[in-house]
Amino acid sequence: MKRNFFMAFMVIFCFVLQSTLFQTLSFGGIAPNLLIIITAIFGFMCGKKCGLWVGFFAGLLYDIFFGSVLCYHAMILMYIGYMNGYFKQIFYKDDVKLPILMIFASDMVYNLIYYILMFLLRGRFHFGFYFMHIIIPENVYTILVTILIYPLIRDMIYRLEDAGQRGDDSFA
Amino acid sequence: MRRKRQKFTIPSKYLLLIMTCVCVLLMTVTFFTDLIVAPFGRIAGVVIVPFQSGVSRIGGWLTDRSEELQTIRDLMAENESLRAQVDALTIENNSLQQDKYELNHLRELYKLDQEYEEFHKIGARVVSSDSGNWFHSFVIDKGSLDGIAPDMNVMAGSGLVGRVTEVGDDWAKVMAIIDDDSNVSAMVLSTEDACMVQGNLETMNNSGVITFSKLINGEKPVQEGDKVVTSYISTKYLPGILIGYVTHVSADANNLTSSGYITPAVDFAHLEEVLVITDLKKDYSGVLDE
Repeated sequence: MKRNFFMAFMVIFCFVLQSTLFQTLSFGGIAPNLLIIITAIFGFMCGKKCGLWVGFFAGLLYDIFFGSVLCYHAMILMYIGYMNGYFKQIFYKDDVKLPILMIFASDMVYNLIYYILMFLLRGRFHFGFYFMHIIIPENVYTILVTILIYPLIRDMIYRLEDAGQRGDDSFA
Repeated sequence: MRRKRQKFTIPSKYLLLIMTCVCVLLMTVTFFTDLIVAPFGRIAGVVIVPFQSGVSRIGGWLTDRSEELQTIRDLMAENESLRAQVDALTIENNSLQQDKYELNHLRELYKLDQEYEEFHKIGARVVSSDSGNWFHSFVIDKGSLDGIAPDMNVMAGSGLVGRVTEVGDDWAKVMAIIDDDSNVSAMVLSTEDACMVQGNLETMNNSGVITFSKLINGEKPVQEGDKVVTSYISTKYLPGILIGYVTHVSADANNLTSSGYITPAVDFAHLEEVLVITDLKKDYSGVLDE
């Protein structure tokens, strides 16, 4: 229960930061993707269901405010969270490589899907440009932010689990 | 007790399947109708927007302070040059005042009204912008309670910013003209030739310009630097609002139309306050008839 509240809080908190503060911190119009970071972290730390729900609600918030169709980002992020859940088995606390690799891969996949669905299908074929100017900068920036905030979120989740029961996947 | 409740949990693959179905359903529903967007928007407006306006106000204050320190020196230099310019402009203004007096006189003679200069506007503050990097839309802190409705035009300074696409009680979403999905029916002011202005992520990122196309080659060629304004035939945009300036024109392969680039009149990177024109285009034509 406590963890669900924490998840809801983190989703709202990250969305608010993402759409306000991080937009002013953007370099050359590119902002890091905080929603991907928390979706992936909850995925590989708390399991498939957690990742699924966090991804779904983070995406839903994005859709309500900025999307043209409801549940569009929700679905992409939901699948990303779910896929990250598969890596819970090989995740352990002090490993930093896996989180960074997973978040990098998640951001890449998210942006590729986004490009294909929203740009390629509308006849914007210049993939090299979008790759070099949007996808790669966003990836790098997201990884930098990950290195800064990942230990914080990890410790918060661990503290929460130590305080309450250590039941895995107790959500839903 | 707990064990019993745990037994009710659905296996995660079925949960994924169910949620996928829910998503597809909601997507189709929102694609074809506007039914469920409103309640979602209302909830989000109550929960999220207050935080957003708070945080963006703090962020705005901080950037203001840091910019102030940086720009004081620049401002002093600029002040010098501007003073010189003021003198020149005062002289010019005097002669223009005389012209205006004459113009008013002539207008009275022709009984022309100054209809489109008198749009009703309300100011709004930008509270958050699209958190992804692919599109350009943002949220303002006024909504349907302040009289804002979808398709209202949004300006900043003298230029067109975009139009309202979604409205909540106290927030509204604005799609900018530089958004990759945006199309504006426009015309070149000097030749009155119509064209379409399309937002383009690629050119906007490279050189801060957006594209225009389908400009019919008229008798007079369009020059670089010509003003581009919203056209009379647009269904969503009010006529005569400045979009930007032509920076490059080239003839299309069919030799009948031209396309090229426009520099927007608005600085989209530093958008803080905008003006929403509360007159709608569809009502506007009614005003003309009266």
